[in-house]
Amino acid sequence: MKTYNNRAWFLILPVLICVAFSAILPLMTVVNYSVQDILSPTQSVFVGTEWFKTVLRDADLHGALARQLFFSLAVLAIQIPLGILIALCMPAGGWRASLALVLISLPLLIPWNVVGTIWQIFGRGDIGLMGYALNSLGMSYNYNGNSVDAWMTVLVMDIWHWTPLVVLLCYAGLRAIPDAYYQAARIDGASRLAVFRFIQLPKMRNVLMIAVLLRFMDSFMIYTEPFVLTGGGPGNATTFLSQYLTQKAVGQFDLGPASAFSLIYFLIILLFCFVLYTWMQRVGTGDQK
Amino acid sequence: MARIDLIELGHAYRPNPTAPGDFALQPMTRTWDDGGAYALLGPSGCGKTTLLNIISGLVKPSHGRVLFDGRDVTQLPTEARNIAQVFQFPVIYDTMTVFDNLAFPLRNRGWKESQTRVRVHQVADMLELTSDLKHRASGLSVDAKQKISLGRGLVRPDVAAVLFDEPLTVIDPHLKWLLRRKLKEIHHELKLSLIYVTHDQVEALTFADQVVVMTQGEVVQTGSAQTLFEEPAHTFVGYFIGNPGMNLLPCSVQDGAAWVGGHALALSGAASAALAGAGGKVSLGVRPEFVECVADADAGGDLAAGGDTVPATVLSVRNMGTHFLAEFRLGEHRVAAKLRAIEAAAGSTVRLRFPQQRTLYYVDDQRVA
Repeated sequence: MKTYNNRAWFLILPVLICVAFSAILPLMTVVNYSVQDILSPTQSVFVGTEWFKTVLRDADLHGALARQLFFSLAVLAIQIPLGILIALCMPAGGWRASLALVLISLPLLIPWNVVGTIWQIFGRGDIGLMGYALNSLGMSYNYNGNSVDAWMTVLVMDIWHWTPLVVLLCYAGLRAIPDAYYQAARIDGASRLAVFRFIQLPKMRNVLMIAVLLRFMDSFMIYTEPFVLTGGGPGNATTFLSQYLTQKAVGQFDLGPASAFSLIYFLIILLFCFVLYTWMQRVGTGDQK
Repeated sequence: MARIDLIELGHAYRPNPTAPGDFALQPMTRTWDDGGAYALLGPSGCGKTTLLNIISGLVKPSHGRVLFDGRDVTQLPTEARNIAQVFQFPVIYDTMTVFDNLAFPLRNRGWKESQTRVRVHQVADMLELTSDLKHRASGLSVDAKQKISLGRGLVRPDVAAVLFDEPLTVIDPHLKWLLRRKLKEIHHELKLSLIYVTHDQVEALTFADQVVVMTQGEVVQTGSAQTLFEEPAHTFVGYFIGNPGMNLLPCSVQDGAAWVGGHALALSGAASAALAGAGGKVSLGVRPEFVECVADADAGGDLAAGGDTVPATVLSVRNMGTHFLAEFRLGEHRVAAKLRAIEAAAGSTVRLRFPQQRTLYYVDDQRVA
């Protein structure tokens, strides 16, 4: 008879403690806030699901959510294909590859708020290169006044900042394909398109999944750049979810609704990631029938 | 199907090669007949894969030309050469079914779907893949994947040649044997020209009609299994083919006899003539299969009477089941012999007979007699 000693479980205690303080306790605090009305630091009332109901009926929130979804989908729709395209065009080795990698990665090294500031100046009509150039070309570009301009600027800024991440992931995926596949494709007489469709794309599946999930989560939580660039305006054209949330929680100290909304936000991200992950796991592997 | 001519074909990875050492593939001229089964045999790094890739066009040679049926294809890309190649590790298109994998080379060349279907089923039948045709290729075992790769190589009936680059490395021994026989059958059935690269002599000798032995970027001998075994033209062939390889003993020629380890062996008239005046490093080669062990301490020792025995000490004897593998010391050299029976125990002195017609002489690694 074998005796089992369960004391080994104690070894995971440090991890449990760390995770408890870094994730579980804060999350539980939020859960706690979301079901109470905090009148003062010493006085609170249990309100059940009331905050959730309020938040779900909030028209501003619906607007922010719609903007957010549209933004994230636009980010994925542009950054993923663009990243693949750039990765395909990059040299495979030698000093050219190193140079290209360094140049491509530069935007990734810049802090979020600096990115916002860079684009804020870049887009100004009086001293900004892009703003001045666009206005000189006859377009009336003004990201402070025109909501479409503001929106496009945030989108282009995100593409500039984060497409390099997709490029790096795809590039790594492409380099991992053994030469024999390309040689076999040449023997089989495959066209360039067929090589992409049947070799490169399937082999990049795993890195693409990481890229899609990362870009979705990151763009869905975008905060600093639009905050610095437009402050959410004009109107609330570029007020995305996290900014809306911050306004509620920090600006108005509505901790209850803000907490309730945080939880909903969390669940939305979880749901989307799960759906994307499941879909990408299936696509191209399930039997064709 | 085509005759393949290599004319002054050589390849160097460095520009402006001058010394032989600069070439990955020494310049060579040879012809491979239409419908032949050839094996390129040699150790890793001897240039056999480079040669194969030059024929298929994956590598452009730095020197010389490649002709298919007299047409110069040296500058043509792989796609335009109408050639098939199977690689060492299975290459399959993950997202396709086995059927689509096999049909891929045909569809890329604009075959009609009905013809494609017939041909794919034929090839699948030959390779016993029919039951898997509808399955996705990515879920199959390595063996099956490599069979798909083989199938894609064989599916086009009109190719100039099918090239195999150690295709059975990843296959387990039993299936390896089956597939090798299968390939041979297919060769007889389809009359394809096959070129098969391997470092396994058994594979090369059983598969091919003609084995091309390569070392250090150079073809040292082309011939049938029997020729390579009985008359190696180069010491490398003697040493590389056979298990254990040929006994190669440095010797010197004096007074019409070959002196090895301080003892003399009579030379035949032809050998004597070929070796007379030969400079360079002379060595004697005899296959372990042909060495005989004589119990009589004086037998065949008389040079004048065509003495073909030398004294040697038994080092070890191993019973291999079908034969005995014995090792002897002859002067400072070691000699291996495969014997039906041996009485002598380790440490005792015997006489070894090197039959004259089985004893070959090499000058600077090239056979002279």
